[in-house]
Amino acid sequence: MESSALSIKKLNHNFGDLKVLNNINLSLKKGDYSILLGLNGAGKTTLFSLITRLYDNQTGSIDIFSKNIKNNPTQALANIGVVFQQPTVDLDLTVEQNLQYHASLHGMTKNLALNNAISELKRQNMENILKKKVRELSGGQRRRVEIVRALMHNPKLLLLDEPTVGVDIESRKLIVKHVKTLCSEKKLAVLWATHLIDEVDEKGKLIILHKGKVLANDNVKSILKKTKAKNISNAFDYYTKK
Amino acid sequence: MNIFQYYLCFKGIVYRESLRFFYQRERFFSALVRPLVWLAIFAVGFRSFLGVSRPLGQPDNWPYPISLVPYELYIAAGLIAMIQLFNGMQSSLSMVYDREMGSMRTLLVSPFPRSFLLVSKLIAGVSVSILQVFAFLAIALFWDIEPPVWGYLTVIPALFLSGMMLGALGMFLSSAIKQLENFAGVMNFVIFPMFFASSALYPLWKIRESSEVLFYFCSYNPFTHAVELIRFALYGQLNEKSLLIVSIFLIIFLMLAIYGYDPSKGLITKKKI
Repeated sequence: MESSALSIKKLNHNFGDLKVLNNINLSLKKGDYSILLGLNGAGKTTLFSLITRLYDNQTGSIDIFSKNIKNNPTQALANIGVVFQQPTVDLDLTVEQNLQYHASLHGMTKNLALNNAISELKRQNMENILKKKVRELSGGQRRRVEIVRALMHNPKLLLLDEPTVGVDIESRKLIVKHVKTLCSEKKLAVLWATHLIDEVDEKGKLIILHKGKVLANDNVKSILKKTKAKNISNAFDYYTKK
Repeated sequence: MNIFQYYLCFKGIVYRESLRFFYQRERFFSALVRPLVWLAIFAVGFRSFLGVSRPLGQPDNWPYPISLVPYELYIAAGLIAMIQLFNGMQSSLSMVYDREMGSMRTLLVSPFPRSFLLVSKLIAGVSVSILQVFAFLAIALFWDIEPPVWGYLTVIPALFLSGMMLGALGMFLSSAIKQLENFAGVMNFVIFPMFFASSALYPLWKIRESSEVLFYFCSYNPFTHAVELIRFALYGQLNEKSLLIVSIFLIIFLMLAIYGYDPSKGLITKKKI
């Protein structure tokens, strides 16, 4: 039986007395494209911090391709590519230097890293930016560089935490399209956190996270059918305002 | 992960720190200005009535080849340690900044063990501070601060150890600081007391003549021993007591820093990043 790309069971997390995540259960299979939809403060970033082991989960378990993030972080993290909510590329370094740094953090040689990066940049018609300083790039280009960087070590699970924040409409479309293509071509499991309803793909999965709880976790079509909502916005209201 | 991949990761972290150092030349020059102001103004001003002489009855506590040394020569070791102290704290400042701005996450989500990543970052920071020290020593030649030639070599291990100790302290503090604004507190409660309550500006036996309490405080200050380790090493000598104390504090601060960034127990888990 094929293992889940991501399996989260009975996950809880508190900051002091504040309960941020409450009994989260969800799983993603290879090739799944899932949107994690929630308002600001819903717990999306905390959930990503736990999946990427910025800090350990207090209760419950997180497994990435059957590797527990707490007990086997090296193998679990090697399978993850992440794009964080805040830009994490170094503005003073060139795109190439940023990519090289990331590659080294995954134990990759310079040549292998650059080969992967160049082919990925070519797919996005961005190979001419390799020698440019990140500071010289537009917001959309920077975000796409972060996606290229997240894919350099060939992860099987891609986590994107509000990757289109601060990006213009055109770049947003490009990013969404690119990630969907990756998902279908490379059979990547994608978990995309957002608070923007128009980023939800009607063909994909939708997870609604509200005040630390998963209120819905199903195909978009099933959610719309179940809630008898005309659109995702109404479905979101149905779950969060009842 | 095999040893070669560990090497690649270490090399990548050091390379990135070197690049940042190269691109942020203002940081390099401002780090040099501070000790040079002390040397060119403070020490020269005090030179006329402050020379430091060999302490009576303590023949082992004097690395200099002459019995009376001009004040600027005496404080050179303290100023070198000051560069490392500020560099260690600067690194911690950049880690707080990196954490707030997000780029620290790139490092922390690497599949390599976090302790390895932190030690690599520490070594990268210390390498930069050693370059700063040598730039300072080159300029200090204009003030006749000329340790023996081999002193430039023997001081390197001392600089590495003291830099690691101060960097590890900075790293631990960065894990405990919630926001960048709190860094001013580090200046007031860590840097200034550490620097002034040490043998950087005045010898311990002189302090003892004024205050026994302050003397004991200075004696247990790890920064004092970083200064003394560097002072002796600059003249090709080993201050064993300082070596031992600096090594012990290095281990303590390093363990605290690793604890601070531990994803399950550390201070990093107490706040949202």
